[in-house]
Amino acid sequence: MVTTATPVQVVYKRPASLSDTPTHYCPGCTHGIAHRLIAEVMDEMNIRERAIGVAPVGCSVFAYNYFTCDFVEAAHGRAPAMATGIKRVLPDRVVFTYQGDGDMASIGMSEIVHAAGRGENITVIFINNAIYGMTGGQMAPTSLPGQKTTSSPTGRDVESMGFPMKMAELLSQLEGAGYVVRRSLHDPKNIRMAKKAIRLAFETQIRGLGFSMVELLSTCNTNWGVSVLEAMQYLKDHMLPVYPIGDYKVSPALENLRV
Amino acid sequence: MPKELLKGNVAMAEAAVRAGVEAYFGYPITPQTELLEWMSERLPALGRTFLQAESEVAAINMLYGAACTGARVMTSSSSPGISLMMEGLSYIAGTEVPVVLIDVMRGGPGLGNIAPSQGDYNQIVHGGGHGDYHPIVLAPSSIQEAIDFTVLAFDLAEKYRTIAFVIADGNIGQMMEPAELPPMRPLRTEYPEWAVRGAMGREHHFLSSIYIDPKDEEVTNYRLMQVWNRIQANEVRYREYYIEDAELVVVGFGTAGRISLSAVRNARAQGLKVGLFRPITLSPYPFKELEEISQHAKKILVVEMNSGQMLEDVQRAVKGRIPVEFYGRMGGMVPFPDEVLAEILRIQQEEIPLDGDPRQRWMERFAPIINWKN
Repeated sequence: MVTTATPVQVVYKRPASLSDTPTHYCPGCTHGIAHRLIAEVMDEMNIRERAIGVAPVGCSVFAYNYFTCDFVEAAHGRAPAMATGIKRVLPDRVVFTYQGDGDMASIGMSEIVHAAGRGENITVIFINNAIYGMTGGQMAPTSLPGQKTTSSPTGRDVESMGFPMKMAELLSQLEGAGYVVRRSLHDPKNIRMAKKAIRLAFETQIRGLGFSMVELLSTCNTNWGVSVLEAMQYLKDHMLPVYPIGDYKVSPALENLRV
Repeated sequence: MPKELLKGNVAMAEAAVRAGVEAYFGYPITPQTELLEWMSERLPALGRTFLQAESEVAAINMLYGAACTGARVMTSSSSPGISLMMEGLSYIAGTEVPVVLIDVMRGGPGLGNIAPSQGDYNQIVHGGGHGDYHPIVLAPSSIQEAIDFTVLAFDLAEKYRTIAFVIADGNIGQMMEPAELPPMRPLRTEYPEWAVRGAMGREHHFLSSIYIDPKDEEVTNYRLMQVWNRIQANEVRYREYYIEDAELVVVGFGTAGRISLSAVRNARAQGLKVGLFRPITLSPYPFKELEEISQHAKKILVVEMNSGQMLEDVQRAVKGRIPVEFYGRMGGMVPFPDEVLAEILRIQQEEIPLDGDPRQRWMERFAPIINWKN
């Protein structure tokens, strides 16, 4: 019998930028996907050694444990200010924040808007899952109209609790923004699109084209009180109509960039 | 360097520039704005970082980020702005990164006014942000000291990986007097091992104030207290004037100390045995030195531009051995040397009780001065 040796080819492995620490995230949470995408992009761009991450307060408060680049841990909502301080002192480093919706769109609204307005050359990965995860499922600034949470038990009434904050749309209006897009993590096609957006966001920073943000629609099956699959479906059925996927601001200098 | 006629805010800013500050983040607020303005011109011209933040909240967090890179960094503000920075300060304390802050204090509480005050003593010396931490606090009483202490603040902050404050008041910030600036120091080229500057050829690391396991947080708190013990043992600073034979010792810091010195000199000219003890480090406080004074002086008068915030620390040091009296002006009012002299003359003649509350006695004497009507 003749056997033909097939060369072993690695087609999938842990990115070097992702540490081998097991995460504390709930099973089914999309934080793990977002982390991996960032790590894959860091590997591809070979920027791990000059990347500095800024972790937020919220479920991803321990994000610094899951990457193999340098990290700092910000106060709630202040990551864009902290990232600004780092980037201004070390302009040749790649500085990024990783923030949830409560962190960025509520308590940190001032810091994010001004970082974008200044055209700060930082990259923001914004996880929008329409709820406060770490504190146990309270209403977020991005909670959907009618969404039941532990602090809007009868559903978010827009008359008294206001409307969802549309961060990509809002930040895209600022002249300092170079790249502002919304993507989603609910299926493989969208995950691939999300990765490309993260790549472009870092390319924006490296080219000095101003502020960059990728909003990632994400799930929280635990606090939404549904199964993992139901959470993906909920995102598709309820979040996408309120938060359309799209390119809200793309610097003309990026248009011909192929990655 | 020759002496120049310098405004306090500008002098502190230029002192920081010459001490090698690499980045400044701040927000305009009277009476410290000239400091920010000076930095906005000087630092970019020298190729260093200046950024006007959108708020004091942002400024302190920019400072926090920059401090994590191991750079020499500072901010400045005045009382209401310092209140806004307290969150960030607590994080900075918990992360053990060195920063320098200058507080040019003004009248409060609330929006208050823009006149000189010492009303931030408790907020800065005894607390401010949440959790257990102690900043180093230096109190200048002249433009020369404002310069010298700004330089010193950087060295102390970095020596102990801690927060160092220079607390001046609107007088020090706004007045001009001759002073000598230090020579320009070269910028650092080497950064501390703990700095977050990218994991180039080394293991990645992070800086954080989170210790999710209370056992780890307790150990961290213990480490902070050990550093504080070293600071208390080594960094107490103060000035004494005419103390040796003084029967009455006036205690005052910053501008109140300087005004009191004029009163003490006038009292000495009248043949009275009066001295002045002027704490320079309000934190660590010179408890031991004051305790020694209370063992040979007969009376103490505390003079402040607040309602007696340092008074309580003086009482802690004196431990009821000798009578303590208090005289204060509040809300942006500055005492005249004659007011302090009148208190000195009164205390010299009157029997002052050992017990009772000096603050209550002062309030009764003080009511007619401000035409208080019930």
